[in-house]
Amino acid sequence: MIEWLFALTIGLLAAAGLYLVLGRDLVAVVVGLLLVAAAGNLFVFGAGRITRRGAPLVADGATVLSPDAGNPLTQALVLTAIVIGFALACFAFSLVLRLRSLGAGPDGDQYQFAEPRPDADGEPGDPT
Amino acid sequence: MNAWSVLPLLVPLITTLACLALRDRPGAQRWASFTGAVLFLAVAGTLAVGTAKGVVYETRLGDWPEPFAIRLRIDALGAALLAVSGVVLVAVLLVPGRGESATASSPLLLPLVHGLMVGVGGAFSTADLFNLYVWFEVMLICALGLIALGRERRHLDAALRYLVLNSLGAVLLLCAVGGIYGISGSLDFGAAATGLGGSESASPAATALVALALLALLIKSAAFPFGAWLPAAYPVLPTPILALFAGLLTKVGAYAVLRLVAEIAPAAAAPLLEPLGWIAAATMLTGVLGAAYHQDLRRILSFHVISQIGYILLAISLGTRAAIAAALVYTIHHILVKANLFLISGLIRRSGGSFDLRHLGGLASRPALAFVFAIPAASLIGLPLTSGFWAKLTVVKLCFAEGRYVFGIVALLVGGLTLYSMTKVWIEAFWKEPPEPVYPRRLPAAAWWSTYSLAAITLVLGIHPEPLLEFAALAARLGPLELP
Repeated sequence: MIEWLFALTIGLLAAAGLYLVLGRDLVAVVVGLLLVAAAGNLFVFGAGRITRRGAPLVADGATVLSPDAGNPLTQALVLTAIVIGFALACFAFSLVLRLRSLGAGPDGDQYQFAEPRPDADGEPGDPT
Repeated sequence: MNAWSVLPLLVPLITTLACLALRDRPGAQRWASFTGAVLFLAVAGTLAVGTAKGVVYETRLGDWPEPFAIRLRIDALGAALLAVSGVVLVAVLLVPGRGESATASSPLLLPLVHGLMVGVGGAFSTADLFNLYVWFEVMLICALGLIALGRERRHLDAALRYLVLNSLGAVLLLCAVGGIYGISGSLDFGAAATGLGGSESASPAATALVALALLALLIKSAAFPFGAWLPAAYPVLPTPILALFAGLLTKVGAYAVLRLVAEIAPAAAAPLLEPLGWIAAATMLTGVLGAAYHQDLRRILSFHVISQIGYILLAISLGTRAAIAAALVYTIHHILVKANLFLISGLIRRSGGSFDLRHLGGLASRPALAFVFAIPAASLIGLPLTSGFWAKLTVVKLCFAEGRYVFGIVALLVGGLTLYSMTKVWIEAFWKEPPEPVYPRRLPAAAWWSTYSLAAITLVLGIHPEPLLEFAALAARLGPLELP
């Protein structure tokens, strides 16, 4: 039951994130990236079993963790991924804000700063 | 012996910190940076020589026992790519990029360049899936920093384009790594390979996760249809840094594809090789067509990066041991040639005043420049006496030997279109009467050293390819698993 709910949540998060990323508003695009990253983190978290029955301690005499406990390694991976994802999101937000303060509009589809538009006759535009 | 495997990581890391500490003293910073680069090349060269004798450099970090330790493991494949990266790094740092944009004179340029090399060195020496993901992120953030360093709107726009697709790719890679751990119970290349069913059989779930990882790596290596970010983002960089990006970044993606398909999950990846082949063919074709359309040298060469990645992926998709060796030869050849062509495009701009072929002309009056351009251009096309000839020949021969005639014909066709594109550059920039009067400018001596040395390596590999081919055949014996 909880697995299905968990999987559905990940799917919804990823879908919502991708929807935002495909939009034109750049702030929403970065929020979308954050949502997709969150979905990815939950996916990795789920790879280490979703359970709350046991503590992740290896019992005396055993060599592996009992399947009752969640695997702490995936949780450590998620922790690393959260830090990296957060840093990237901050960088992305500052890029968008800086672009706006340099006079770029809110609509990302209109941006032609890095790639010049083709000329009217279809030839490549002059390089910036 | 074991300590050697940490050095490709440690040397660029220390250089990064030194360059950061010396950011207020440009002269000292350049010194530290160049010393670090030469040290990196020396370490990588020693490792390559050692692995050619059959040594594998391996460290279990923290000295944990076998299944728990994170391993650094440098075999012939990793060492070869490290050595080529070292050559490119030194060549790039020799060429001053001043005057092209604010990026080239920023005090943060060199720390970010060496930060990028930490990622490259880490990716080529790790034997742990999660570690590989982290090194990709290190490369991503340093690359973003380098792109955004120009601070104008075009740089920020380029950084944003680079960021969106590449961070989606990073999330997919993370999911795949987590999932592979969930199935196989290990992140170590060797143990994960055993956990995924070895080379005999694989569950559908394993195949799905490997497909997810491949998708992520195809985004990172700018394959069709995910390559749009590359020609959009790269041309805002000053040419020496552009040469470093074009030489190394997408190739790390291709390297990871190779590891995944040939070493970590050969059985799980087997049903994916056919679609990978078609993606490779589409990558080759769309890349070269983009190059044929454009007039800006940097964009032409950026599209050729995509097209050449297609050849490497095509070789990997054939899935035999000989094909893996061919992919390695192609990667080494391509890194050297592509970095050199970008460095030379910077020299062309200095002497002709523009990157745009419509504004260039008459450069044949500079025979030294024409000659040094002709060698890597011929190698990119695949003409005899250059490294490109052997690289293309082995890939095409394998395609026909494996009965993949369509792929072989596409590879030959793309070679023809590359010839067309390079001829266009030659006629427009070198033979045409210059549209505006050109005032000959002296080019820096270090730039000549660097471009001529890279061209010389291309020629030596073209005239005497046996050592490289033998080394690649040795390097293709990856891990404990057997390929056909």
